Amino acid sequence: MSPAASKSKNPLSPKERIKVPRQLMPEQPAEARARNFEEVNLGYSAELAQQEALRCLECAKPTCTDNCPVGIDVKEFVQRIVIGDFLGAAAKIREANVLPAITGRVCPQEDQCEGKCLLSKKVKPLGIGYLERFVADYEQRMGTHIVPNVESTGKKIAIVGSGPSGLTVAGDLIQKGHSVRVFEALHEIGGVLVYGIPEFRLPKQIVREQIDYMRQMGVEFETDVVVGRTVTIDELLEEEGYDAVYIGTGAGLPQFMNIPGEHLNGVYSANEFLTRINLMKAYKFPVYDEPMLDLHGQDVAVIGGGNTALDAIRSALRLGARKAYVIYRRSDAEMPARAEEVHHARQEGIDFQMLTAPVEFLTDGKGWLTAARCVRMELGEPDASGRRRPVPIQGSEFDLLLSVAVIAIGTTANPIVQSTTPGLGTNKRGYIQASEETQRTTRKGVFAGGDIVTGAATVILAMGAGRRAANSIHTYLTTGEW
Amino acid sequence: MFKIVHAQFLAPGIKRFVIEAPRIARKQQPGQFVILRIYEEGERIPVTIENSDPEKGTINIVVQSAGKTTSLLNTLETGDSILDVVGPLGKPSEIRDYGTVVVVGGGVGTAMAYPTAAALKRVGNRVISIVGARNKDLVILEKEMRAVSDALLITTDDGSYADKGFVTDKLRQLIENGMPIDLVVAVGPIVMMKAVCDLTRKENIHTVVSLNPIMIDGTGMCGGCRVLIDGKSEFACVDGPEFDGHKVNFEVLVQRNAMYRTAEQQSMEEFKRLQKAEAEEGEVCAATSGARRGAQR
Repeated sequence: MSPAASKSKNPLSPKERIKVPRQLMPEQPAEARARNFEEVNLGYSAELAQQEALRCLECAKPTCTDNCPVGIDVKEFVQRIVIGDFLGAAAKIREANVLPAITGRVCPQEDQCEGKCLLSKKVKPLGIGYLERFVADYEQRMGTHIVPNVESTGKKIAIVGSGPSGLTVAGDLIQKGHSVRVFEALHEIGGVLVYGIPEFRLPKQIVREQIDYMRQMGVEFETDVVVGRTVTIDELLEEEGYDAVYIGTGAGLPQFMNIPGEHLNGVYSANEFLTRINLMKAYKFPVYDEPMLDLHGQDVAVIGGGNTALDAIRSALRLGARKAYVIYRRSDAEMPARAEEVHHARQEGIDFQMLTAPVEFLTDGKGWLTAARCVRMELGEPDASGRRRPVPIQGSEFDLLLSVAVIAIGTTANPIVQSTTPGLGTNKRGYIQASEETQRTTRKGVFAGGDIVTGAATVILAMGAGRRAANSIHTYLTTGEW
Repeated sequence: MFKIVHAQFLAPGIKRFVIEAPRIARKQQPGQFVILRIYEEGERIPVTIENSDPEKGTINIVVQSAGKTTSLLNTLETGDSILDVVGPLGKPSEIRDYGTVVVVGGGVGTAMAYPTAAALKRVGNRVISIVGARNKDLVILEKEMRAVSDALLITTDDGSYADKGFVTDKLRQLIENGMPIDLVVAVGPIVMMKAVCDLTRKENIHTVVSLNPIMIDGTGMCGGCRVLIDGKSEFACVDGPEFDGHKVNFEVLVQRNAMYRTAEQQSMEEFKRLQKAEAEEGEVCAATSGARRGAQR
């Protein structure tokens, strides 16, 4: 079957489609946005979206869907954009993804749907993420979320953690007629979406809208509950009458490098730095009470090469930093951050110190950071991760003057739930053991997914786990079989 | 929202709040704390749990005015509410029969030492308590501490009540009198805890201290509360707040607690200015309730 099947609503032939250039995402000019917290990407107009949608080859076997952790029917939603049925497109996405306005902004599409797009063999891939974002925002503007009317099953599910995976489970299960309550340790719903990802990449208003929609669907939320401390998993199951529990508590404790000077004032974990900014709004001090160090005119570096590192350093720039460095011990090719974020960061003037690692933080003698002593690296043989191992170059030490350093080298498992839930199996790194297929843990009725199972990953992978968990929780609740 | 069912000053600047928090009341154990946020623009601060009543679903917290948030909190009255209270956080005190335990409470730290002293007493320890304060007015929980102690020793810095001197003077006397001490628990200002540890280290008496670094989430997520224990970073919110006092690097704790001093002073001065301004306009009540809503800016 030819890519342009007879049913297609697309007026262009496959050859014509390839000639249409990928529509650029309108964005704030780099110079302006580097000093504000407004969103970088401004979103497609309807015209741009329809123009971009025309490029879809409508493959008979769409690899984009296969490479989407939640299996969005890309071909179908894009076709609906072609004919101008934007709400229909949104509804199609919602069948697989309860948070399209969020994934449309933060998914690493180049590694997933767009990475396998047939167009990319010849030209640039279809802008699937941009299109997803467009229809989700369109739906929000129209205010026409469809609240499904389903019969209650009488089953109750407790969800621990209100990040992307917990929200996905909640959204999926409420639509299957179950009663759902989400417990959140912090005072705001959203997990990493509110404390981790900055406003300029994911406006908090977008997150609030998605959560409001969940509330409309009947999902209940309870903040200020640290499961494991405030209430245990066993109490939820035995005393509060929940039929199943889903644990989606996220990545957990920030790792430090264990080098001298890490306790100096001015050295932050990325989690703390971003939490002060995003959750506590410390950048609005003194309107908000939570303080942070004044970054105006200061030199700031982040250590690490992931999305969290870039979120932190781009935030520092927006808070007035004079110089903003990324210190990464490997090279560009190994950087785990999304390509678009690296590109944006370079445009904004972030100074990338690649193949470089700090070995010590230096002090003024009064407890404050003054510099990072760094060493240059070269790449040696591949290590356990398959990436070439960075090896220090003898005699390459130099001091980078800094007043703030942010450590973004990853996280380890938060033990609170595991240590208070007897019989809940963990792996040797302390993450919860869960079946990859069903997200079932070693405890009957208890499921887990997202970073607390896999270690730090992406929003969409956590959502994929949430989707699998929701299906398997539904099966468990309807059959009673474990 | 968490309702304040009773609020009462225990001493000038030190207030006890009984708060409706049924989940926390059911789970609270000695040594644990809560994190609270008063209003939408407020910061999150850790606060001692002095006691709880699982039947009534209430917890007691004791707060000393120091910066803006604690000063604002202490303007709240019975019937007011606190926006967020989360807990109980931290590992509970390790309660078992050690033999003879000396519990040292300094200032408002006495409120955190009290439930631990009570629990240690309940499991059969001989509990000698030492409570220290700057002056007579600031001695808190005397009656409560006396009720759970085999002996209660009190010191004031200025001698305005009981014996003049520091808690370490009393502890030194106990040691010099040859009392066998199996454990010392010290909760109070950092200088006090450090002085206690300096003393007990020489005598090789195991000493537990409760640390109070700057915190945000209280669940281990941010790492802001990291303290140096035996040269290694640990998180006070999940690994503590109690640690072996002989392994604690107190200098780093003091240094890190001073990280936001400039901003804290700025907040406090602004808070005082507004309180004064509104008081002069004769709207004292409005000032505090306005402050609560964050409207003072």
